[in-house]
Amino acid sequence: MAHILLRNRDIPNIHKLDVYLANGGYEGLKKALSMTPDEVTAEVRNANVRGRGGAGFPTGVKWGFIPKAIDPKYILINTDESETGTFKDRELVEKNPHQVIEGALIAAYAVGAKLIFNYFRGEYMDAAFHFEVALKDCYANRLVGKNILDSDFECDFYCHYGAGAYICGEETALINSLGGDLGQPWSKPPFPAVEGLYAKPTVVNNTETMANIPPVIVNGAEWYKSMGTEKSSGPKIVCMSGHVEKPGNYEVPLGITYRELIEMAGGVRNGKGFKALLPSGGSGPVITKEALDAPLTYEGLDQYGSTMGSASVIVMDEDTDMVWAAGKMIHFFRHESCGKCTPCREGTFWMERILERILHGEGTEEDIAVLESVAKQMRGKCLCALGEFAVSPVLSTIAHFLDEYKAKVRTPEAEPV
Amino acid sequence: MATGAQARSPRILERKLISETYAAEIEGLLARYPDKKSAVLPLMHLAQREYGYMSKEAMREVADILDLDPTHVLSLSGFYSLYYEEPTGKYVLEICNDLACALRGADEFVEMACNKLNIPVEGTTDDGLFTIKTVMCLGACDRAPMLQCNLKFEENLDEEKFDELLARLRAEAENGADKPSVVERINAFAKK
Repeated sequence: MAHILLRNRDIPNIHKLDVYLANGGYEGLKKALSMTPDEVTAEVRNANVRGRGGAGFPTGVKWGFIPKAIDPKYILINTDESETGTFKDRELVEKNPHQVIEGALIAAYAVGAKLIFNYFRGEYMDAAFHFEVALKDCYANRLVGKNILDSDFECDFYCHYGAGAYICGEETALINSLGGDLGQPWSKPPFPAVEGLYAKPTVVNNTETMANIPPVIVNGAEWYKSMGTEKSSGPKIVCMSGHVEKPGNYEVPLGITYRELIEMAGGVRNGKGFKALLPSGGSGPVITKEALDAPLTYEGLDQYGSTMGSASVIVMDEDTDMVWAAGKMIHFFRHESCGKCTPCREGTFWMERILERILHGEGTEEDIAVLESVAKQMRGKCLCALGEFAVSPVLSTIAHFLDEYKAKVRTPEAEPV
Repeated sequence: MATGAQARSPRILERKLISETYAAEIEGLLARYPDKKSAVLPLMHLAQREYGYMSKEAMREVADILDLDPTHVLSLSGFYSLYYEEPTGKYVLEICNDLACALRGADEFVEMACNKLNIPVEGTTDDGLFTIKTVMCLGACDRAPMLQCNLKFEENLDEEKFDELLARLRAEAENGADKPSVVERINAFAKK
């Protein structure tokens, strides 16, 4: 099947404007400009495009929240992609940048925004090079700026570079960061749709979400909904990493199973057996083989207590030490906690300390209980999702692999007197 | 350590390494944002490149351009991990040893790299050329082990490729070539 998002896999040099144009590029924008803004939003809503950054919020609904009467409005593309195991947006901005630009322009037209920023994580400065060049070409060819495609629609478009902070992928943190402040989230409301960047109405959409927009406008909502399941429509890029033979991005229709994904990535490396996988990078609870036939959809892992998230699948083979894996993830969250909410800041710190102690063979059974207790006390007590994410590696590995924890700690009897 | 007296003293900058050299670029950058404060992270990238790290001097110059309090720039410098608060080697080798990379040998790669350069993590070689850091996920998990060298990704590494990279960088340093990529990129961005 031809790719819808990763068209660079089928068409060489599609990052160049002339190649993109020769392959139907900016037809979606052209068509959108012939529709009313509300018709564009309705098409995206009817297609049931859902946010590809992980939360899965319906994109058309989000656009519909933007109040018409308040100006200016802003569109922000979230290319802060920093979740462990996620590298899908990078391929899009590197290899198929015009589709992201086109999607964002359609979004701007739909909500009445005249300024777009693409917020890249600072580490993508090099990867963003083609995106910058693509944008320059758009300015030179009246696809960005004034009189876009000879219409009255005008919109400026710039890239902005963060400087290394996972939390800036959270939309309110991203807005604060772009405003020149610490990248810390705020307690909603106010929602960005009403008070976002510079306290003006703002849409924040993931990069992959933007790439979904042009084909939806060109082919229509029904076409889009013919892919995937009833609640989860369209194509999805899945990042396969860890112990698979062929790690990389795979574009699939939503609804295929995790087992199929692993097969697609060449199976578990070196002929080893499968042990567990993280379906959404470090943020979602681990799942084991009983969940492998669950579908890749926004709700497919509900019954296994996990979530698809951004579909960053980290596969672990039978030899993987799950306590070590939990330690790696907690180290990540401790490092990336922005420090605003005490339960997250302190909880991730202590969870890392306790896990280190267990990993060094100095833990006791009581440490496992304390670890679990710290995690449970963090739940529901933080402003943003990071605090929730941070507990899942600990709680899910304790739930599935308690024996591995127990094997690492001293039993009370063996404790020195 | 910054003392209160220093932070509050009148801003007489001894050196201005970016505001004059990059005047046009900075003007272009500021024009993009409805509020010029938004330019602080890009200017800090530029300042770090010219000053070598986020020294107090660098922070003061950024603050001066944007009419910000230097302590605000200091807080950003501490918050965002790409700003270095201490001098580094000419080439900062930031190796990802997060879970996805570690499953493909990143921890062993870090150990090999440290042994080869005879420095610990966070250490700098005596010749001032290389600093090794370990960092969180860089978005290249399918090409592990990997590192970023002054923001440029080097992927699918092993000992042999690491040797080649070091040789290339040493030759580059010897020939007087500049830090790779960063400044060209920032200039290219700012010029638009």
